[in-house]
Amino acid sequence: MPTAISTSPLSRPAEAQDIRPRVAKAGAELLLDALEEQGVDLIFGYPGGAVLPIYDALFKRDSIRHVMVRHEQGAVHAAEGYARSTGKVGVVLVTSGPGATNAVTGLADALLDSIPLVCITGQVARPLIGTDAFQECDTVGITRSCTKYNYLVPTAHKLSTIVHEAFHIARNGRPGPVVIDIPKDVQFEQGLYTARADAQKRNCIVTPPVNQAQIEQTVEMMRHARRPVLYTGGGVINAGRRASEALRMLARETGFPVTSTLMGLGAFPASDPQWLGMLGMHGSLEANGAMHDCDLMIAIGARFDDRITGRLDAFSPNSRKVHIDIDPSSINKNVRVDIGIVGNAGEVMEAIVAEWRRRRRPEPHDGARLDSWRAQIAKWRNRKSFSFENCDRQIKPQFAIERLFALTRDRNVYVTTEVGQHQMWAAQHFHFDEPNRWMTSGGLGTMGYGLPAAIGVQAAHRDALVIDIAGDASVQMTMQEMSTAVQHDLPVKIFILNNAYLGMVRQWQELLHGGRYSHSYSDSLPDFVKLAEAYGCVGLRARTPAELDAKIIEMIEVKKPVLFDCVVTREENVFPMIPSGAAHNEMLFGGHHVSGDEISEEGRALV
Amino acid sequence: MTTDTAPSQSVYPVTRDEGASSEAILAVIVDNEPGVLARVVGLISARGYNIESLTVAETDVEKHTSRITIVTTGTPAKIEQIKAQLGRLVPVRRVIDVSREADALERELALIKVINSGDHRLESMRLADIFRARALDTTHASFVFEITGARDKINAFIELMKPLGLKEVSRTGVLSIRRGAESD
Ligand SMILES: Cc1ncc(C[n+]2csc(CCOP(=O)(O)OP(=O)(O)O)c2C)c(N)n1
Repeated sequence: MPTAISTSPLSRPAEAQDIRPRVAKAGAELLLDALEEQGVDLIFGYPGGAVLPIYDALFKRDSIRHVMVRHEQGAVHAAEGYARSTGKVGVVLVTSGPGATNAVTGLADALLDSIPLVCITGQVARPLIGTDAFQECDTVGITRSCTKYNYLVPTAHKLSTIVHEAFHIARNGRPGPVVIDIPKDVQFEQGLYTARADAQKRNCIVTPPVNQAQIEQTVEMMRHARRPVLYTGGGVINAGRRASEALRMLARETGFPVTSTLMGLGAFPASDPQWLGMLGMHGSLEANGAMHDCDLMIAIGARFDDRITGRLDAFSPNSRKVHIDIDPSSINKNVRVDIGIVGNAGEVMEAIVAEWRRRRRPEPHDGARLDSWRAQIAKWRNRKSFSFENCDRQIKPQFAIERLFALTRDRNVYVTTEVGQHQMWAAQHFHFDEPNRWMTSGGLGTMGYGLPAAIGVQAAHRDALVIDIAGDASVQMTMQEMSTAVQHDLPVKIFILNNAYLGMVRQWQELLHGGRYSHSYSDSLPDFVKLAEAYGCVGLRARTPAELDAKIIEMIEVKKPVLFDCVVTREENVFPMIPSGAAHNEMLFGGHHVSGDEISEEGRALV
Repeated sequence: MTTDTAPSQSVYPVTRDEGASSEAILAVIVDNEPGVLARVVGLISARGYNIESLTVAETDVEKHTSRITIVTTGTPAKIEQIKAQLGRLVPVRRVIDVSREADALERELALIKVINSGDHRLESMRLADIFRARALDTTHASFVFEITGARDKINAFIELMKPLGLKEVSRTGVLSIRRGAESD
């Protein structure tokens, strides 16, 4: 490890070819000029006193569309959905005080999942800052720990250079959310525009060039591995299409099996025979088995989160580990690794493939080397750990997802989720062959993410089929965004697995707290069909497996937003499950009789 | 799956904290901008790192940079993690692990008030002399000594003053710089 981590100096490329005349303009106009130059065509926002000058400027421009949400948290999640499905930076515009505080959950969500966002907040006029003025809050203070970086804009003159730097920071290195807090008087103040090319660009981490010696060491280990596994995460998706291609190439060349975290689904095709399924707490037996028993683990854009590792001292005890990550602080944070490669996932994988190919010729690699490993994996696979007992009277939630997947297979489909059991069933039973198709709140686990995220996805992909796989409790956290969908003609499909419980909470209470279902039953649920109609959407309901398919097809065909109330069995649990604090080889399976003390004393203390 | 791992008593156990804790001095060169200290301090508290002292002042007016010197303790892995996390902050230009540099100089300044009389008074003067501490303020009943040096020296002086009527201590925290012509 280097003892010093350096940052790039101010970079000022010589060919600053901005032809705009340097005439002074109001801050609000400078902001929109800068957004335009950054290629922004869509903003998610909500107006208020401290951003009125910006909204006024927006009124006069056709180049930037604005989606008005119903709560600022929704604006941020929508921008996340937009960013994750397009690979571009999502943009949010909210007012000061409550506008900014409402956005905080979304910002924290984007930080943990490394989603590039720029969030513009209004602030009270400079002379009022610090006086407890109306709708004043310390936005920079409040958002400091839930953003990658934030700014309070001191003058209109600095505004455009700050906007350009904010985009640079949001999208480069490990992506994340950046807040720009703009006092109202700065929005009126006259200032000069700074072009993108002339703007200052700092970044804390300069992605180093690929270190060839590390690549060679890695390939050497790969050539001798008998039980290898590729453990991939959201970083592969963030590294762009090229990284997903590189991963596919790497898997094809080496024959290594591939698993992924919740965040990385789609980077590697689920239909590929080398695919092991998702790993972690609710991952497949073959994925977790391979992680536990492997002799070489190559982690790519994944961060050894506690949902993945389970009990750390029992985590993959006999493997050598290589970790590829763009963020040096992720390496050796939770798990010590043998080789830590800092870099862009795509570039590093390409270098590994090149080295692998170069070495292959003189010493042909022994194709049979992995045979017994493949046989072991096949054995785990045959256990069919995601299987469930179906029922012909009531709809099983897993069955509903299976049907939803089967009936939307050939379509241009994007899926978002809320948080809970339905999220895990979606990850287990809905399969993705492409990146950027799956949007879920992984790190923060934010209930209420899915509906606004779906709106953001739909706003970016007008003709796609966008489905939020939801729970009856989560969906009520941001339900008001149905109104946004209607207003902006965004035909998102909200597919609610309605078990009338805070299902995941109920499951933990069953497994950890002796079945005492303390406040996890949703009494007085709304009638979702009537609710849909009240919003001007279409409401559908399915109660039996027999009517499910026809209703799903109807949902797909309706050209309006749909709330689909899929009434499912109430007390289903998500299996398999590695209880918190347990090792990967201590999995619970479906059909398991639970006694209420499945989880150790210590495990109970963990979330 | 194999079950060849020994059962462990703890749930999230010691694997991440191998090695003994030791002290580290980190010099952090930052852009001198509003809120930069809050970022550094916030990171340290949010991630639960120890912090023994922290000093900060603008050191290069032209380049607008400040130098923050942090004394922290942790296992080698923890110190690496702290460095990496600090390095991630946008306004942080460099993180230098001063304690790893063989040619680092370390200094701290302390003001020490003792209240005493008789033999204790004489003994404290004699020790101050040995430690090259200067009496900044003298009354019939008290001294305020000024002492500079490495922390060990200051700690030793404070220990010696305790039985001699030590009343109050004010310390600057650690400063550091490289010896020789090379600079950070
Ligand atoms: C904002 C927020 N509050 C609380 C939680 C804790 N939590 C996790 S899952 C869950 C229940 C979700 O219920 P539902 O949306 O109906 O989904 P289900 O588990 O039943 O599929 C709760 C309360 C959370 N993740 N997010």
